[in-house]
Amino acid sequence: MEVLLAIMIGVLYAAGIYLMLRRSLVKLIIGVILLGNGANLLIFLLGRITKGSPPIIPEESSTFLEAYTDPLPQALILTAIVISFGLQAFAIILVKRVFKVVKTNDIDEMNTTDAGS
Amino acid sequence: MMQQLVMYPLLFQLFLSIGLIFLWKKISWQKWISAVGSVINLGISVWLFIHIWENGTQGIQAGNWEAPFGITFVADALSASLVLLTSIAGLAVSVFSAGSLMSARLKFGFYPVFHFLLLGLCGAFLTGDIFNLYVWFEIIIICSFVLLTLGGEKAQLEGAMKYFTLNFLASVVFLTAIAVLYGLTGSLNMADLAVKVAEIENRSLVQVNALLFLVGFGIKAAVFPLFFWLPASYHTPPSAVSAIFGGLLTKVGVYALIRVFTLIFEVDPFIQNVILGIAFLTLFSGAVGALVQNNVMKVFSYLVISHIGYMIAGLGMMTEVALTGAIFYLFHDIVVKTNLFMVSGIIHRVKGTSDMKKLGGFYGKYPLLSLLFAIPLFSLVGIPPLSGFWPKLSLISAGFDLENYWIIAGILLASFLTLIVIVKLWAAVFWKTGEKLPEQRNFPYFDNLKNFQKTQLIAPIVFLSFVTLYIGFGAENIHSLSVRISEELLNKQMYIDAVFNKS
Repeated sequence: MEVLLAIMIGVLYAAGIYLMLRRSLVKLIIGVILLGNGANLLIFLLGRITKGSPPIIPEESSTFLEAYTDPLPQALILTAIVISFGLQAFAIILVKRVFKVVKTNDIDEMNTTDAGS
Repeated sequence: MMQQLVMYPLLFQLFLSIGLIFLWKKISWQKWISAVGSVINLGISVWLFIHIWENGTQGIQAGNWEAPFGITFVADALSASLVLLTSIAGLAVSVFSAGSLMSARLKFGFYPVFHFLLLGLCGAFLTGDIFNLYVWFEIIIICSFVLLTLGGEKAQLEGAMKYFTLNFLASVVFLTAIAVLYGLTGSLNMADLAVKVAEIENRSLVQVNALLFLVGFGIKAAVFPLFFWLPASYHTPPSAVSAIFGGLLTKVGVYALIRVFTLIFEVDPFIQNVILGIAFLTLFSGAVGALVQNNVMKVFSYLVISHIGYMIAGLGMMTEVALTGAIFYLFHDIVVKTNLFMVSGIIHRVKGTSDMKKLGGFYGKYPLLSLLFAIPLFSLVGIPPLSGFWPKLSLISAGFDLENYWIIAGILLASFLTLIVIVKLWAAVFWKTGEKLPEQRNFPYFDNLKNFQKTQLIAPIVFLSFVTLYIGFGAENIHSLSVRISEELLNKQMYIDAVFNKS
């Protein structure tokens, strides 16, 4: 399971970076989304995956008897998902506005801020 | 009760910005509430600063969860002074934006977002939890996106696209670094991490992790190979927005670098050399970039980059003297850069352009204002006894202590290039006889403003110039504060004790 997840995270990062390097605005957004999801899965993986043992102490004992799932990474991911959701929503609206104003989908043509004064 | 003082600046900003949302359409109310709120916030920050100065580092556990488990807020001398400087810059920009921003921009919620931005900045300075730091960073960038795009001009949107992409990338790298750090230690509390990271046996993994943090914060701080988003976007929004960006946003990245590399990671020679190399190239490339620009706002944008290099150089040398210089420079730079962007706003207002080729004759028309503007401009260069001089002295003497002549050369070269840039700007904008430009319709020229509006534009510059003069002439006080901060940074046991004892 860990190996599978690790490969998947690698693919997500690679695909995200690749798409961010393309010249199209829409691909940029998709790249951003993939990259964010890759980072969330990485937190999940590095929090150590334990199957079928929720972090609940049985009634008759006072400590954990066996390895348990760390709940903290999932809380972190939840926070990160909400944040990246907000950012992505903003980015999509921004891309729409940019397309309306600049009238191009090509990032290379957005060079008015770099040229001259 | 006094322990909760650490939270007061955050709570106050939070309620202030929420209150401002309810007055969405009432612009004139918002202006007054924002200004008065900023004054109160300054009072709270001074209170916090004096409390920390007298009682040492204070920590508070959110929700009373004991130290490594809950979210901790810590105010040491560095955090408290940066919160104080944030509220000083916040007050100045709040008043300045009341006079300079068009009401069309203010109607779309400039003030609430502006105060949320200040909330994020104070939160980033005060938090003692690495994931919480990430959350504050996100609050900062979301607010900065809104401020950057508010108005929706073509240049603004193009700049925002670049700004968004690289800042999002920085956040993902930062998040990746946190994930790896959590996998290595199982903790997020920075004081706890300081203890646990030192015990990890797999040092190469720690080194990779440290480099991930360096890249993530490096993009935010706009260091050498990662700064291209900054000159593409900082000159596009109105000058009030640029002032708060140039003064504070990149400095949060510097703060995070200083915090992470003094507290969590031991700096080994490899990382030290990387940081010093980055610092040298940042100093050089920023200054050279400023040299070839003709737009006043762009010149200042490149100078922001160049001067980040001084602080990074101080961090890279990692001795007490060097850190003192870096901290002192940080204080000086926040005040001066905020002031400079406001100055550029007024220069833009006078003739309706920021192009140095078309500007000119400012000194002949406004001699007193020119003298006022000379204070931040020449403080930036570091002409003694103005404020930029003293930290450079510490940095250079630290370089001599380490016999690292490269970094001394970089610091001197960047200072020299800054001098050339400022002299060129002074000659072009203030002394040259300017040509008469065709009148633009509907442009709010400086001369046509009412006296009250002029006061709103100039009072914050006077205020920040006085702060700069104080930093320059009262260098003794600021220096002893910086020495104390660098002692605290190098002796991290104090920070760790403050987090764990009070739980």
